[in-house]
Amino acid sequence: MLGDKDRIFTNLYGLQDWRLKGARARGDWDNTAAILARGRDAIVEEIKASGLRGRGGAGFPTGMKWSFMPKQPDVRPSYLVVNADESEPGTCKDRDIIRHDPHKLIEGCLVASFAMGAHACYIYIRGEFYNEARHLQAAIDEAYEAGLIGKKACGSDWDFDLYLHRGAGAYICGEETALLESLEGKKGMPRLKPPFPAAVGLYGCPTTVNNVESIAVTPTIMRRGAAWFSALGRPKNTGTKLFCISGHVNKPCNVEEELGIPLRELIDRYAGGVRGGWDNLLAVIPGGSSVPVLPKEICDTVLMDFDSLRDVKSGLGTAAVIVMDKSTDIIKAIARLSRFYKHESCGQCTPCREGTGWMMRVMDRLVEGRAESAEIDILEQVTRQVEGHTICALGDAAAWPIQGLIRHFRPEIEARIAAFQARGLKLAAE
Amino acid sequence: MSGNQREIQAVHGEPASFAFDAESEAAIAIILKKYPTGRQASAVLALLDLAQRQMKRATGSAWLPRLAMDTVAARLGMPPIRVYEVATFYFMFNTKPVGKWHLQVCTTTPCWLRGSDEVVATCKRATGIEHFGETSADGLFTMTEVECLGACVNAPILQVNDDFYEDMDVASTERLLAALRHDTPPPPGSMTGRQASAPEGGPTTLTTLAQPSAGE
Repeated sequence: MLGDKDRIFTNLYGLQDWRLKGARARGDWDNTAAILARGRDAIVEEIKASGLRGRGGAGFPTGMKWSFMPKQPDVRPSYLVVNADESEPGTCKDRDIIRHDPHKLIEGCLVASFAMGAHACYIYIRGEFYNEARHLQAAIDEAYEAGLIGKKACGSDWDFDLYLHRGAGAYICGEETALLESLEGKKGMPRLKPPFPAAVGLYGCPTTVNNVESIAVTPTIMRRGAAWFSALGRPKNTGTKLFCISGHVNKPCNVEEELGIPLRELIDRYAGGVRGGWDNLLAVIPGGSSVPVLPKEICDTVLMDFDSLRDVKSGLGTAAVIVMDKSTDIIKAIARLSRFYKHESCGQCTPCREGTGWMMRVMDRLVEGRAESAEIDILEQVTRQVEGHTICALGDAAAWPIQGLIRHFRPEIEARIAAFQARGLKLAAE
Repeated sequence: MSGNQREIQAVHGEPASFAFDAESEAAIAIILKKYPTGRQASAVLALLDLAQRQMKRATGSAWLPRLAMDTVAARLGMPPIRVYEVATFYFMFNTKPVGKWHLQVCTTTPCWLRGSDEVVATCKRATGIEHFGETSADGLFTMTEVECLGACVNAPILQVNDDFYEDMDVASTERLLAALRHDTPPPPGSMTGRQASAPEGGPTTLTTLAQPSAGE
């Protein structure tokens, strides 16, 4: 169990002052110049050694991502873009960082940008986070005024500009290349890769896109060292993580814990347990809406980290734990996610544009049971035809929840269909 | 056309002209400095948002008439069609007038599990709105179904204009709507009074840290 002394986000709940004075009291901006003085390569190496994996969902090693940026400046500037377009259902961790610990993020932007040779950074925040954006902008203004960012940031010889950019309500802009399109003033339609953003990103320049949490933990890792961070969690799944526990628990909450904590312990210790007790658990979506649902028997023992959840054919995703007790209509819960993906598909790729609508309509019929049993297999096949056949991962994200439902709850779907057909026979007989 | 409808059209119809006012212009000057020379199209989301806010100030309804989109296009040197594309792609831009209080109810799975159906039903009952996307007869409320708002541990969420109201139930939804009718919106946040995303009853972590002393 993680102790408070090893927690990074010490103002997670906003009990303390979020402004510069409060942030300094929590240790932020403490001799940042010394971190920068270690040089670009040393920072990248330290982050690599920490084992930090991206906190936005994919879990790609952060230090390695940074190392893809050009080492020598060419005529094009380099950019860091921070993805604060937090919209994955179940996920609400970046919101707490932005509204309660904005200076951790700002300091992280400076350190990461410096490590990648970027003199400018954009933070793309979802438009609905209007009040959160006001906090963040106020904190950026404070940082400029104090000389922490801007010309000769923190007294170093590094000039650094940080800009806040608000989105306007499109889940797809959380996909990194759609985000760049949106930042350029276009519809948020993902780009074909390659070229990857590190070669051709924002305005055609080398760009790295990182999640808010990934960036906000880096100053602490630089201060306390890679060895400290990598001693937490499990091998290849190191460090602490913000978990969001929502749904049918007694006390929904956000909490910072070590990666690899058992799912059951996470729910019981921090979220007051499942409503009606652990035995009343039906299923958990462990990492935001895009990852496949897990039935109780897997939840009994599974650990909350990237590799453990991949081993049970799900994923850590954003570590947003959506808990469903036995009162839940699991088919309806997943059908609602199908509607979400239908709504959020950008319409660019045919398998996703047509497939998300088709899958939603079949899922809506399955909620009623108005279907043939054979359609379950057809639905499963269609998810396979969408998955992996689109430019971005939204098609995959729409397919996986349905695949998880069929894998673990097929008897429920069949029973629903049988009940519907029995009602029809009864009506016909009357 | 009834007198009432004619009145609403007179207030909310496509205006005869649109130009940014001084408040918007001050904001635009700051926004345009964020982007490199020649990349001013990056400001399109921000300028559309400003136009929508200006409409709210001027008419009471936060929406984007086509003339406002054209004004943004001209200001940024973009073909108008590119601005229309953006204005219709992003969900937060209202291409039709909305009521004074825009009720944006999240019904995505995490909110649904915590009772968003009841929040929707309460909004309908209290405003007389029958379907999503409609405005109440008195023009005060528009109800929109929205996707995940990103505050799921405080579900269900009802966003009113810019503010999130969290941990909603039937009673708190009724109280909130009554307060809005009286033009006295309560402070946003949890309607059960809990501290942000901390568990009900208070934090169980971060309890052993030294608190910064008062006045420091």
